[in-house]
Amino acid sequence: MPDEPQVIDQPPPRQIIAPGYTFGSVTDQIATVVLTKKTPLFWFAGFAVGLSLLFLFLWSVALLFAKGVGIWGIRTPVMWGFAITNFVWWIGIGHAGTLISAILLLLNQRWRNSINRFAEAMTLFAVACAGMFPILHLGRPWLFYWLFPYPNTMHMQPNFRSPLVWDVFAVSTYATVSLLFWFVGLLPDLATLRDRTHSRFARFAYGILAMGWRGSARHWSVYETATLLLAGLATPLVLSVHTVVSFDFTIAIVPGWHSTFFPPYFVAGAIYSGFAMVLALAIPLRAAYGLQGLITDKHLDNSAKVMLATGLIVGYAYLLETFTAWYSGNVYEQAAIWNRMTGPYAVAYWSLLACNIVAPQFLWFRRVRNNPVFLFLSSIVVLIGMWLERYVIIVSSLAQDFLPSSWGNFHATRWDWATYVGTIGLFLFLFFVFIRLLPMISIFEVRTLLPQAKVEEGVQS
Amino acid sequence: MTASIYGLMAEFDNPGDLVKAARAAREKGYRKLDAYSPFPIEELSDALHLHRNKLPLIVLCGGILGGLSGYLMQYYVTVIYFPLNIGGRPLNSWPAYIIITFELTILFAAISAVLGLLALCGLPTPYHPTFNIPRFALASRNRFFLCIEAADPLFDRASTSSFLETLEPREVSEVAH
Repeated sequence: MPDEPQVIDQPPPRQIIAPGYTFGSVTDQIATVVLTKKTPLFWFAGFAVGLSLLFLFLWSVALLFAKGVGIWGIRTPVMWGFAITNFVWWIGIGHAGTLISAILLLLNQRWRNSINRFAEAMTLFAVACAGMFPILHLGRPWLFYWLFPYPNTMHMQPNFRSPLVWDVFAVSTYATVSLLFWFVGLLPDLATLRDRTHSRFARFAYGILAMGWRGSARHWSVYETATLLLAGLATPLVLSVHTVVSFDFTIAIVPGWHSTFFPPYFVAGAIYSGFAMVLALAIPLRAAYGLQGLITDKHLDNSAKVMLATGLIVGYAYLLETFTAWYSGNVYEQAAIWNRMTGPYAVAYWSLLACNIVAPQFLWFRRVRNNPVFLFLSSIVVLIGMWLERYVIIVSSLAQDFLPSSWGNFHATRWDWATYVGTIGLFLFLFFVFIRLLPMISIFEVRTLLPQAKVEEGVQS
Repeated sequence: MTASIYGLMAEFDNPGDLVKAARAAREKGYRKLDAYSPFPIEELSDALHLHRNKLPLIVLCGGILGGLSGYLMQYYVTVIYFPLNIGGRPLNSWPAYIIITFELTILFAAISAVLGLLALCGLPTPYHPTFNIPRFALASRNRFFLCIEAADPLFDRASTSSFLETLEPREVSEVAH
């Protein structure tokens, strides 16, 4: 056999940006979406859906303020019901945005540059939706500031040994740091919009927000340091947030909750659902705005791979959860898992396994990952599956804990559904306002992806 | 002579030319110069000797301050202000304080990173002379600028201008105050 090197026609490597772009055309394509006077029909349709559901949310919140949390189906022993399910679901979705903006930045994954902006926006809005639920669930939501330690005439302070108070600090820190990181990332692009717009009002508004950014090399050098430091701070933060959320469960002694593997299991689940949301947003957006050259098939492929990997971790966690319950020798733990599989919530349990373990197995195939329609559908399936997962963990454990005499099932009311669907409206509303007013792709970071951005220098002395 | 202008600005087409020009200006002895580009260019920071800044120190201080205030706040509330004896357990239950201490460390560090960034860049800057050049709006799109400021001791309107012309820019213009 001749051992000459085989010549194989390699297909061109799939790129993270389509060839042919220039600094100018990248800038114009992204900025035009914001600066154009003509709003596409697609935007109005999406915005209308978001706005109507937002009104549904406002309606249910008004009713909640008037009548109390009794309008929801929460009754003893299931006092957490939908509210905490939705809280965990939303906050988990937010995690992918921080993963993309911070962790992938530290890992030097350059493909993140074109999806980090809207993923971070998704984080912010998801955290805003998440924050609604614990506050509305307080019973007297208008007194939410009692959660924070401040000098007051009651001489009362929060119990710092409670995971619920840890959660207040974790989630509010997460929201603040995400907002700061997002704003810092926006600064150079706000300056671009200020310089590109023809409207006086827009120039004034973007000018105020850009704070006089002028792309000076001195500024860029500090800016790069700041971005790296913020990414370094956000990385442990994002891992800690869902860990602390999982402490809400694991610190309690309720069977099915009290276990040490919840933190990694929750973090993996968060990233899993978050990437599903990234895909569910990116696929329609790039089609509607013709951004296939910037959000390429490579991005969808990579996101699908992350989804597959985290989905496998989640699948492993389900397996381990069952195994530890059996291996613990604790009858309550065993009964809790058995009740999940065969009890009143069996349908939800088996559907979550189908959605979260079986469905993502298709993502092993390149052909599936290359098909945006299929990817979109599978991300919706994962989002539903992850919601069911939180629902089953929370509701089934509370419904059937130790004494059968104190068992009771949860029945969601229409207001439970209205509040939940309403926050989806809030999310869509905020997201559509965002894509109309701010660049949904980070312009300056995409410029650095272009081959022209490379500085070729001779050997320096 | 006191120049009544802010400086001289040369416009370039691509990052490579800007970096070359910045290096040449440094070698010529100019120190009060700044470059403007639509995205960060590592070689440019190198050419202008901009590698060190105080931001990491500011963030470290912010983080330490946050951690200390997080811990001390919890210590004060649970040990001094509102001690609760629960089965004789120690009042200073430090393992329970770790999370809030950690969160406040991150929060304070992140806030100081952003405020430090703005402070070190001198932002917000409502007015800056460079914006007097109409073409400077392209610095946030696809053009690269090098500005030698009049405050530089070597600055001279005529000779600096002819020096900039040797760097083959698209255009050299005077920046009014």
